[in-house]
Amino acid sequence: MSSLFEPVIGLEVHVQLTTDTKIFCGCSTEFGRTPNSQTCPVCLGLPGALPVLNRQVVENAIKAGLATNCRIAPRSVFARKNYFYPDLPKGYQISQFELPICEHGWLDIETEGRGPQRIGITRIHMEEDAGKLLHAEGEGGSRVDLNRACTPLLEIVSEPDMRSADEAIAYLKKLHQIVVYLGICDGNLEEGSFRCDANVSVRPRGQEEFGTRAELKNINSFRFIREAIDYEIERQIELIEDGGTVIQETRLFDSDKGTTRSMRGKEEAHDYRYFPDPDLLPLTVAPEWVERVRTELPELPEAKLARYQQELGLKPYDAEVLTADRKVAEYFEACLARHDNPKLCANWVQGDIQRKLNETGLAVNAIPVTPELLAGLLKRIDDKSISSNIAKQVFELIWESGKDADTIIEEKGLKQVTDSGAIEALVDEVLANCQPQVEQYRSGQTKVLGFMVGQVMKASRGKANPQLVNELLRKKLD
Amino acid sequence: MSMTREQVAHVARLARLDLADNELDRLAADMDAILSYVDKLNELDIDGIEPTAHAVPMENAFREDRVRPSIGTEKALVNAPAADDSCFLVPKVIE
Ligand SMILES: [Zn+2]
Repeated sequence: MSSLFEPVIGLEVHVQLTTDTKIFCGCSTEFGRTPNSQTCPVCLGLPGALPVLNRQVVENAIKAGLATNCRIAPRSVFARKNYFYPDLPKGYQISQFELPICEHGWLDIETEGRGPQRIGITRIHMEEDAGKLLHAEGEGGSRVDLNRACTPLLEIVSEPDMRSADEAIAYLKKLHQIVVYLGICDGNLEEGSFRCDANVSVRPRGQEEFGTRAELKNINSFRFIREAIDYEIERQIELIEDGGTVIQETRLFDSDKGTTRSMRGKEEAHDYRYFPDPDLLPLTVAPEWVERVRTELPELPEAKLARYQQELGLKPYDAEVLTADRKVAEYFEACLARHDNPKLCANWVQGDIQRKLNETGLAVNAIPVTPELLAGLLKRIDDKSISSNIAKQVFELIWESGKDADTIIEEKGLKQVTDSGAIEALVDEVLANCQPQVEQYRSGQTKVLGFMVGQVMKASRGKANPQLVNELLRKKLD
Repeated sequence: MSMTREQVAHVARLARLDLADNELDRLAADMDAILSYVDKLNELDIDGIEPTAHAVPMENAFREDRVRPSIGTEKALVNAPAADDSCFLVPKVIE
């Protein structure tokens, strides 16, 4: 990338809320039902039907605002955004314009390029989604499904504070993690529950004023967002260097080609003629409501990350892996509540549990090894009933059978041998069979001890206490 | 206030109205009259007065987040000028 130019990026994220019903009517928001089966006069836009605001949508908007350091407006107003499109039955979208529910927030991010940065959040507002256009093949027309019409969205608008695709991704991942932690969004990018539009411009380095921006739409994965932004930065720089000018326009990302292309014909539509919706009363949010929501907020990822390091003594990397997904963090905490050894719990959750999740594709709250079962296993490691190696076997058996660790250890006779008499016999046997190694050890190559420990462990089929084996071998050799 | 033909044509396009040339002139005059009438409001001193978003002195009408029966696909489509078994049919949308 040419260092003569500096990219400027602002992001608009549409978060689909996981309420049971739509924002202005009681129709279900369930995904994947027969087209138009979840509709009523309100979401079909039939004349005379009146919208009534879903309280939970406001509650979720307050949560999002508090979690992103916004000011919650004591009074906000719904407005009509007027445009024609076949997926919008009323001919306007109910949104918020002049008085959104949240403003003036921020998120802190960190990337390698510029280090820690505070990214401003201009506003968060509530609005209704449009329906879906299904493009019928071979026929001359399109099909319209209004099941999604009127489902609740939060639009979260950032300041143009990002200077690279890296920063944009860091911001988006953080925001994504927060809305999923809050339990207000399922976070599914492919299904469109978390949609991102990026405003991208470039300017000569050192110049104060912004260049003309292009708005990138239609991007449904973090990887594609990065590709789209990088492509767009390059495109604009080349255009300017070749003597051209960037025009303000909407561009669609084409994930097959990795390019963006102009979406012609949409320019005219930008005259939205917003005005307050006379069908909806102004919304007031009392300070008591905000404070109640604040006290009910779950511990957010940033706070959790800090606590795992400071109070539980976990390494930064471990804490980050464990807090990345709220469900994994909850699994870890449930395990820790039953067996108070943070490091051991952390190792197992991010090790064997994570591996199993990757292998099976299961969600952490759907796996056969519950936090109780895992804690039961870890207890037997810590009281030295079994070695870590045997524990791995027991873990697999718990996974397959759902039985607890004690039952499996008992049934399979896996209890660690700590009886020094029994181990001593094995040690003697191994020493007798390993004369060359014994001589090597005695001539100063003490590293071969490890080999001999391994032989004893093998002879005990893993059940000997390795520490004890180590001690006995040393005693006999030295 | 003086509405131009271009402004009238623009507003008509936004509202998807197809106007003939002679209608443009007539409507420009009509709209001019309406806007000058409304313009009288600008003569009022409204310093320090909150904009009124709603004429009714009420706020916060909520519903709880509980599913209520929808009317179903068949009824939803009953008035549609064109439909198939589950969807409204509209002319091809070009993107
Ligand atoms: Zn409805």
